[in-house]
This record gives sequence, C-alpha cells and structure tokens, in this order.
Amino acid sequence: MAAFISRRLISMLITLALVSVVGFIVINLPPGSYLDVYRAQLMVLGTSTADQQIKALEQRYALDRPLYYQYFKWITGFVRGDFGRSFQYNREVSELVWARIGFTVVVSLCSLIFSWAVAIPIGIYSATHKYSGADNLFTFLSFIGLSIPSFLIALVLMVISSRVFGVSVGGLFSRAYEHAPWSWAKFVDFLQHLWIPVVVVGLADTAGLVRVMRGNLSDILSMQYVQTARAKGLPERVVIYKHAVRNALHPLIMNLGMSLPGIISGSTVVSIVLSLPTCGPLYFNALRSQDMFLAGTFLVFMAIMLVIGNFLADIALALVDPRIRYE
Amino acid sequence: MADIAVNLEPSPQVPIDQDRSSLTQWQLTWRRFLRNRLAVAGGIILIIFYVVMVIFPGFFSPYSHVVQREDFMSAPPQLPRWVDENGTFHWRPFVYGFTTELDMEKFEWVHTIDTSQKYPIYFIVRGELYRLLGFIPCEIHIFGVEPPGTFFLFGTDELGRDLFSRILHGGQVSLTVGLVGVILTIILGSVMGTISGYYGGIIDNLIQRLVELLMSFPDIPLWAALSAALPPEWSPAKRFFAISAILSLRNWTGLARQVRAKILAYREEDYALAAQAMGASDRRIILVHLLPNAASHIIVVATLSIPGMILAETALSFLGLGIQPPVVSWGVLLQHAQEVAVVLDRPWLLLPGVFVVLAVLSFNFLGDGLRDAADPYSN
Repeated sequence: MAAFISRRLISMLITLALVSVVGFIVINLPPGSYLDVYRAQLMVLGTSTADQQIKALEQRYALDRPLYYQYFKWITGFVRGDFGRSFQYNREVSELVWARIGFTVVVSLCSLIFSWAVAIPIGIYSATHKYSGADNLFTFLSFIGLSIPSFLIALVLMVISSRVFGVSVGGLFSRAYEHAPWSWAKFVDFLQHLWIPVVVVGLADTAGLVRVMRGNLSDILSMQYVQTARAKGLPERVVIYKHAVRNALHPLIMNLGMSLPGIISGSTVVSIVLSLPTCGPLYFNALRSQDMFLAGTFLVFMAIMLVIGNFLADIALALVDPRIRYE
Repeated sequence: MADIAVNLEPSPQVPIDQDRSSLTQWQLTWRRFLRNRLAVAGGIILIIFYVVMVIFPGFFSPYSHVVQREDFMSAPPQLPRWVDENGTFHWRPFVYGFTTELDMEKFEWVHTIDTSQKYPIYFIVRGELYRLLGFIPCEIHIFGVEPPGTFFLFGTDELGRDLFSRILHGGQVSLTVGLVGVILTIILGSVMGTISGYYGGIIDNLIQRLVELLMSFPDIPLWAALSAALPPEWSPAKRFFAISAILSLRNWTGLARQVRAKILAYREEDYALAAQAMGASDRRIILVHLLPNAASHIIVVATLSIPGMILAETALSFLGLGIQPPVVSWGVLLQHAQEVAVVLDRPWLLLPGVFVVLAVLSFNFLGDGLRDAADPYSN
C-alpha cells in the first residue's frame, strides 16, 4: 500500500508541476495583458514615481528576462503563497483567493455528498426494479437532469422561490450575517442558503451517477456469486446490500475522478447566477478584464483541487479493491 | 429392464429468417436502432432542428433577427388563436394586436394584448429581406401577418427584436458549434488514440500524460480562460471556429482514451496478427483492420459528446466569454435573462433555454440509442 501511495504521489506531483506550466501559459496568453495596460497608464502619468513603480513591477515579475525565468520566479513565489498582484482590485491575489477557495471546496464537497446520497439509493432501486414504472421515471428524469444547463436550473429555482415564497435566494449568507463573525446563528443561516447551490450543482452529477449505479448493479446482479448467495438461502436484503451493492460501488469511486471536474465547473457557473462568494464570479470577472494573475491563480487552484480529489479517489479505490494496488 | 418410453418431443422449429440472414452489420444496427423509440424521436427532432435552424433560419422566422423596433420593446408573446373573444371559431389562426401605454411609475412602455385588433396569420408571405443559404436574396417567409400587425410568437427582447427569429438564428450557431467541435474531436481523438494504442512505448506514455494533464483542469474554467485570450478584433466567423477548436481541445481526451483501449485490444486479435505476418504496412493494418472495427464506437462516443459542447458553448456565451453579440447563439440570448428581476418581468426570455434542453436531450437519446444499437452484447 505504501508503495502504491508513493507511486501515485510522485505522479501527482509531476501532474501538478505540468498544471502550473499551463497556468503560467494562460496568464501570459492574452496579447495585451493587464500589466501592459497598467504600465501604459503609469507611463501616461509620467511622474517620477511612475518610473519607479514600473521598475518595481518589472523586477517583481522579471519582465525583462526570458519566459522560463519568469515562470521560475512566478512558481517559486506561488509555492510560498505569493500569487502576484490583482491589478483590477489593486490588492495581492493571496488576499482575494483564500476565503473564496474555502467556500468553493465546501460547496463542491457538499454537492458531491448530496449527489451520492441521492444517486446510490435511486440507482439501487432502479437496478432491482428494472423497467418498472418508477425505474422508467427515474431514467427519464436523469436524462432531463443531464440536459439542463445548471445555471438554468439555478435561474428557474430563483424565479420560483421569489415568485412563490417571496424570498430572494442569492448568496451564501443573509445580509445581516455577511460580515458578522462566525457564530451558531450565522452557521444556521449559512446552511439555509447552502442547500440551493448544493442541489443545483449536484443535480447534473446525480443524473449521471444514477445511470452508472444502475448499470453496474444490474451487471453484478446477473453474476454467478449473486446466484450462489441466493441459492444458499440468504435473504434478498443481504444478497443485494452485502454481495452486490458493495461491488457495484467500485466503478462509482473510479467515477469520482470523472465527476469532480463537472462539479467544480458547475459550481463556477452556478455561483454567478446565485452570486456566491466562491471562485466563479471573481474568476470570470478576472478573465473578462484580463486580470491574469488572479485568473491564473484560480485556474491553478481549481486544477489542484481536482488533482488532489483524484488522488484521494485512487487511494479510496485501492483501499476497497486490493487488485488496484498491484497493477 | 423396464421399457422406457421415451417421448421425444419434436425440437421446436427455429425459423430461419431469410430476410435477416442476408443483412449486413450496418443494416442490423439500423434495425436495432429503429426499435428504440426515444432515440428515433431524438433523431427526428434533431433533423427538424438542423433543417429549420441551420439550413433555412431566414425562411422559417417571420422577421429579421437583428432589426430593432422602438415601438415593440419587450413585447410579450402573441400566441396564435383559433377562437376569438366572442367564442367564434376561425379556420385561419389569428393574433391579437397590442395597445401600448407608458407606465408612469416605472417609466417604461407596457404592451397589453388588445382583443379589438385582429390580424390573421398567412403562410408563405413576403417580408423582410434575408439571404437564403447565406447568399440568395429572398423575402419569402413561412408565416407572418400583414403590417401594421405584428406576430411575435415568443415576444421581443428589450430592443424590440423578435425572439422567435433570434432563437432560430441562435440555433444555427449553437448547433453548428457542436458539430464542428465534434468533427475536430473525432479527428484529434482517433489519431491520438490510435497512435497511442498501436505504437505504445514512449509515445503512448507521452500522449497519456498529455491526456491526464488536460483532464486535470475543470472544463468550463479552462475553456473560458482560452476563449478570453482570443483577440477581440477577430471576425465573428474566425471566433466561431476558434471556440469550436477550443472546445475540442479538451474534449478529444475522452475519445482518445476509448480509441486507445479498443486499438490495444484489436491489435492482439488474430486477424491483425495475420495481417502483420503477411507483411501489411502499419498504415494498412490501422486503416483497414483496426479503425473500421472501432468506427461504431467512435461514432457513439462522438454523438454523446455533442451535448456537452452545446452546453459548454451556452455556458460560455452566457458568461460573455463565448460567441459575442451581434452574432447570436442560445447562450448569447440567455444573457438577457441573467437577472431574476428581469426574468420575473419577462419570463419569455428563458425560452432559448427550452431549446437548449430539447437539443441536448435529443442528442442524449440519440447517442444512447446508437450505443445500444451498435453493441450487440449490451443488455
């Protein structure tokens, strides 16, 4: 197991290094970067401090040096928590991202848990009651769930809640608690707001998971060891939950690596409509105004979340399925 | 020894389906496909969508999708009616006109349906000029009413542009993005997957690392970053192709993995080894023996990846990072519906979303049906 983990750890570190290269390329991609604009602005002002500020900027990002040197400078800063400066907000990127990344992780994790908690029971029911009325209904619903853009679900939910209940549902906090320190009341308020993004983001993933779970379980239910379990007189409940469902969960854990990108993507788009304090709104804003250090940092962090998530999923899979370790 | 009376039952006649035995693999697949009603329905809806929106959007829309009308800003949908306010039945459907008055509180024009004005709907009428297939000037529209009447089936946006016409023209872009993207995906995915699976070794390793790298970015944020870097001065057509290319740039990875697995399996089959023993070139083995076997698989995976592209284009344009106005796509149209207050006021602005869902749902049904039909061992 230790060998397996260290092997995966090394490959994860290589992936992370490559991810950071892509992140740096993305930062440098726009032809006229915000830094150029900023420099031009300062040039126009033409004061003596402007010259110094430009010098300082050039030195900080090593703009007069070749690209690989710039990358090296950026990545060593990145590891130490210096992500560069946001020109739009005129603040350090590190001041802007941490809280938002925290909320993004919370929303993503809760969506993941929600989608599993809903999808597995439905998948089990569908596989054990194949082609029944409820199964057909679930199949149809999961197709629809796969076909609706998540931001559209968010919009419709918001419209319904403000028309029917008369409450607006944006954000993660009520206005009263937005800047309040954490307390029990704020936590309750947070939970009251959290469920909408969690349901919306989780829904598309749920639809996919139901189909995977139904397929797996119905394959396994036709296996001979299930037949044997039935033949030796085990109660149906034990046959299904102890013998079949356990094995049907493996591909689902493998599928975790597949569903994470969707959840992180989904949460970024949904968060714009729901105006959540997560990565999404700031990220797309930064892209539109070419505030590339901010955008690049978010992109790299989203990839890091994904890579770590996949790593954990691999370890979980190796724990439940010993065959994986010896591959 | 007792006599054993053996009652031999005649073995049941296995009917030999003469018709069936002479069918080719593709004909059998087609038969299996036709049995899946949802998949056929999805296919039919898509054919209608592509004919109406991609090929003849100008003909099927009553108005131009860019002409702005000051007098009809944010007008509600005018639904065709057969029964008028007196309960009389008309064979020819008609629409009611609007009375427009100024709401002094909000200071905007409010349009209300006025049952005293009636405009019959005519089919094949002359209207605004458009270009059939992009180059033939034409002013025949499939339906319309005579001026000064108006027929805004889905209402208008805040500049008074007919939403129905805009949805049809938006469909032209949204549906082609998926198609162009999927063609690029097929090319990239099968080439990379084949090379990776057939040659193995260090090339395989490199390609697999590249796939892993691309897969370790969440899709929409990566697409957004790449399309944000497109130069703003690019022409709409150039931008459109660039966005399709960006979408397939991450999308080919899934297909490449599947093709690689297939090629790896087929490479060891007897017929591939036989071809190799007879001295066939790599190119011949790949093109004649391996890829045709994987073809049905490639088609299925490709069909199932179109909905993702349509959804991605919609999301990107919705965020203002995809297709840019004045070009319309469904995502661009949904930009108008970004705020809840606007949607509460003018719910018809959500209608482009219905078309997105319909198109994506149809592609999902179609792809699912194709998969079941192409794989005789499924179920």
